[in-house]
Amino acid sequence: MARSNRELQEINAGAMADIAFLLLIFFLVTTTMDVDTGIARKLPPMPEEEQIEDDSQIHARNIYVVLVNSNNQLLVEGVPMDISQLKDGAKAFINNNGLSPELSDNPEKAIISLQNDRGTSYKTYIQVQNELTAAYNELRNTAALSEFGSRYYDLSKSQQRTIRKKYPQKISEAEPKNVSDNE
Amino acid sequence: MSKFKRKSKGGSPGISTASLPDIVFMLLFFFMVTTVMRETTLFVDVTTPKATEIRKMEKKSLVSYIYIGSPVKRLQSSYGTKPRIQLNDAFAETADIQEFIATERESHDEKEIPYMTVSIKGDEQVKMGTVIDVKQELRKANALKINYSTRKGTY
Repeated sequence: MARSNRELQEINAGAMADIAFLLLIFFLVTTTMDVDTGIARKLPPMPEEEQIEDDSQIHARNIYVVLVNSNNQLLVEGVPMDISQLKDGAKAFINNNGLSPELSDNPEKAIISLQNDRGTSYKTYIQVQNELTAAYNELRNTAALSEFGSRYYDLSKSQQRTIRKKYPQKISEAEPKNVSDNE
Repeated sequence: MSKFKRKSKGGSPGISTASLPDIVFMLLFFFMVTTVMRETTLFVDVTTPKATEIRKMEKKSLVSYIYIGSPVKRLQSSYGTKPRIQLNDAFAETADIQEFIATERESHDEKEIPYMTVSIKGDEQVKMGTVIDVKQELRKANALKINYSTRKGTY
């Protein structure tokens, strides 16, 4: 039959490309390719009611006290310090290995105590956190290079654990104090 | 009559565009798969601080966001400029955080709960007082894995 022959003609797919393009452009515009990045931290669990904090075991030389006031100024171990020096200061403290009597016994015992005012700006806080993380990362990288011959992040899981055990990242944040009332 | 006779008399034949839809569809599917629709409208201005020691966040589905910042311009007349917290699609108080964490946990598998992270997206100008309050609430809610959202760059 001549008629049925005509009905079997294929549909014109020429416009399909246009439709696909339209959708493509829509998704191109709505796509956000940004990857979320940040500094990961672990909060300490809430202390139990009767638990008395026992920090008498920790020798004073193993604590590196970093104070930040509401004017975003740093006081490190009782001495005012610029934030640009914090990384080197922390590195010297962690990697002291008993050399200087004021600094830590060894990296495993070293604790950085960070305390900030309620009026400290978040920006400064992140800068301090960043510098302290940088100090640990650099020490871990150096250790990884000398021990395994490659950077810390390129190591295998178990190798990373070895390095982490050597340089545990101990940053303690004290309960916040409200020194000056200007929030 | 030759079987293979020259069709055209000069002039190049047009390129077949029959495979064009296929290519476009391929691109389309790529973008469809990679697209993450912004599911929350921000009521607060957040410019995250810059940092160098950053890491990529893994498994976006396991991340809950807490935004801290001043309300956006058009809302400042009714909400003021004091930094506020935003959870999902509304302003919230610090007391709401525990409930927020609980609902976030309910929507996930039990096995995934230990891997859930809270990302704090704080504005540079925010004072630590607000952030400390949020952190204390997170500790109470036992959501201890946190991440300070930052941009890459030197300050």
